[in-house]
Amino acid sequence: MVENIFVGFAEWLRSLLAAAGLPALFGDIVLMIVKVAGILAFIAISVLWIVYMERKMAAYFQARIGPNRVGPRGLLQTAADMGKLISKEIIIPRAADKIVFLLMPVLIFVPSLLLFAVVPFGKNMIAVDLNVGVFYFFAVASVSTIIFWAGGWASANKYALIGAMRAVAQMISYEVPMVLAILGVIMIVGSMKMSDIINAQQNVWFIFTQPVAFIIYVIAATAETNRTPFDLLEGESEIIAGPFIEYGGMGFAMWFLAEYANLILVSVLATTLFLGGWLAPFGLTFIPSWVWFLLKIYFMIWVFMWFRWTYPRIRVDQLMNFGWKVLVPLSLANIFVTGIGMFIYRAIGW
Amino acid sequence: MDNIFSIAAFYLLGLVILGSAILVVMLKNLVHCVLWLAVTFIAVAGLYMLLDADFLAMVQILVYAGAVCIMMVFAVMLTQRKDMKSSSLFNAQFRSAGLVAFLTAALSAYLAMRTAWTSTVMPVPPRTAEAIATLMLTKYVVPFEVAALLLLVALIGAIILAKEVKADD
Repeated sequence: MVENIFVGFAEWLRSLLAAAGLPALFGDIVLMIVKVAGILAFIAISVLWIVYMERKMAAYFQARIGPNRVGPRGLLQTAADMGKLISKEIIIPRAADKIVFLLMPVLIFVPSLLLFAVVPFGKNMIAVDLNVGVFYFFAVASVSTIIFWAGGWASANKYALIGAMRAVAQMISYEVPMVLAILGVIMIVGSMKMSDIINAQQNVWFIFTQPVAFIIYVIAATAETNRTPFDLLEGESEIIAGPFIEYGGMGFAMWFLAEYANLILVSVLATTLFLGGWLAPFGLTFIPSWVWFLLKIYFMIWVFMWFRWTYPRIRVDQLMNFGWKVLVPLSLANIFVTGIGMFIYRAIGW
Repeated sequence: MDNIFSIAAFYLLGLVILGSAILVVMLKNLVHCVLWLAVTFIAVAGLYMLLDADFLAMVQILVYAGAVCIMMVFAVMLTQRKDMKSSSLFNAQFRSAGLVAFLTAALSAYLAMRTAWTSTVMPVPPRTAEAIATLMLTKYVVPFEVAALLLLVALIGAIILAKEVKADD
C-alpha cells in the first residue's frame, strides 16, 4: 500500500485523464509535468532541510548549539534565510559581463535538474529509465564545469577568476577517476541502466564486491561537489568565495541551491551504484523501497558532511598530485583486477 | 522522423545549431564564442537523440560540451592579453577568408550531392552502447588502438612541453 503510493498516484492520474476522454498523449504530457513538479518540490524541500542539517551538524561538531531561534529547534532558519536572500538587491559590478553574469546562476541549476530525471527514487519510480543512465549522469554533470567558470569569469574579479580556474582544473581532474571507478560496477552489471544496476545487487551490494571503487568514488565525489577537504575554489582565507564572490541575493542563492542539489545527486549515485539503491537490506521489505532509498542517500549526505567538518583544506598542488598520481592509477588497477576477477569467476562457473 | 513532434524538434534544433554556430563566428568576445560553441554542441547532441542514438548523444555532450569547450577556455585564458578587447582580434582579410569559406561550402555540397542517402526501415536496436562497444573491440580494434596511441603521444608531448627539458640533464 505505502510501497506503491507514488506509482499508484501516477496510474490514478493517467486513468482519470483517460476516463475524461483525453488522448493518451495529453495524459503523458500531464504526467511528465507532474513528475517535474514533484522533482522540483523534492529538491526545494531537501535543500532547505540539508542546509539546516549541515549547520546543525557543524554546530555539534564544534560543541555549539547551532540555529535555534526561528521555529521549533531552529527548523525554519533556512526558510527565513531564503526569504532574506530573495528580498535582497541584485548588485551587478560595473566591469561585469552583465548578461553572462546574470545568466549563469540560473543555468547552473539546469544540469542538476536534468540529472534528477534518471534518479531511481524507488521501485518503478524513475522519471526516465534511460539505457545509458549512468553515462547520462556524467555527461550532463560535466556541462556544469563551464557554467561555473563562466560565472566566475563574468564577475570581472581576480578572485572570482582564480576560483573559476580552480573549479575547472579540479572538476576535470576528478571526473577522470570518478568515471574509471564506476567502470568496475558497469563491467559487472553489463548495463548502464539505473534499474539494471540496482537489480544486479539483489544478493550482494557492490560496496562489498567493489570496495576500492566505492572509496575512489566517494573521494572524487567530494572533490566534484567542491566540499572540504577539496573546497579550494571557495577557500575563504585565500580567495574569499571564489566564483561566487560578486554574487549576492538570489544569484548567490542559486549557486548555493545547485551546490546542495549536487550533493544530493552524488549521494544518489553512490546509493544506486554501491549501496543497493532502493533494495531493502536483511529482507526488511515491509519498509517501502523509496523510504530505503531516502535513508541511504541521507546516510551518504551525512558521510559527506562528516568529511567537511573533520578535515582541513588541502593545497592546490596536493589536490592535483593526489588526483592524478594516486586516484587515477588506483582506479585503472581496479578495472584490471575486476576484469581478471570476472574471468576467474566465470571459469569456476559459479 | 514521422510524427509532428520530431519534425518540429528537428527544425528547432537545426535553427539553434545554425544560429549559435553563426554567433560563434561573428561575436567579438572570445569567451562568448566559447559559450555559444557549447550551445552548438549540445544542440547537435539533441539531433543524435532524435535519431535514437542515445549513446552517441551522451558522448557528444561529455566530450564536446564538457571537455572540448573547457580546453578552449584554457586556451583563451592562457593567451589572454590585458583586457578582453585586445585578445579578441579581427582582421581585414575578407577575400582569402571568403575564398576558403566558399571552397569548404562547395566541397561539402559536392560530397553531399554525391552521397547516396540510403535510409532503412530497420528500427534502431534498443541498446546501442553494447553494439558500438562490440564493434570497437572486434572489427575496428586496430583504428581504436591507433587512436588511443595517438592520444598517448599527444599526452607525452604535452608533458614534455610543460616540463621544458633542460639542457643540462
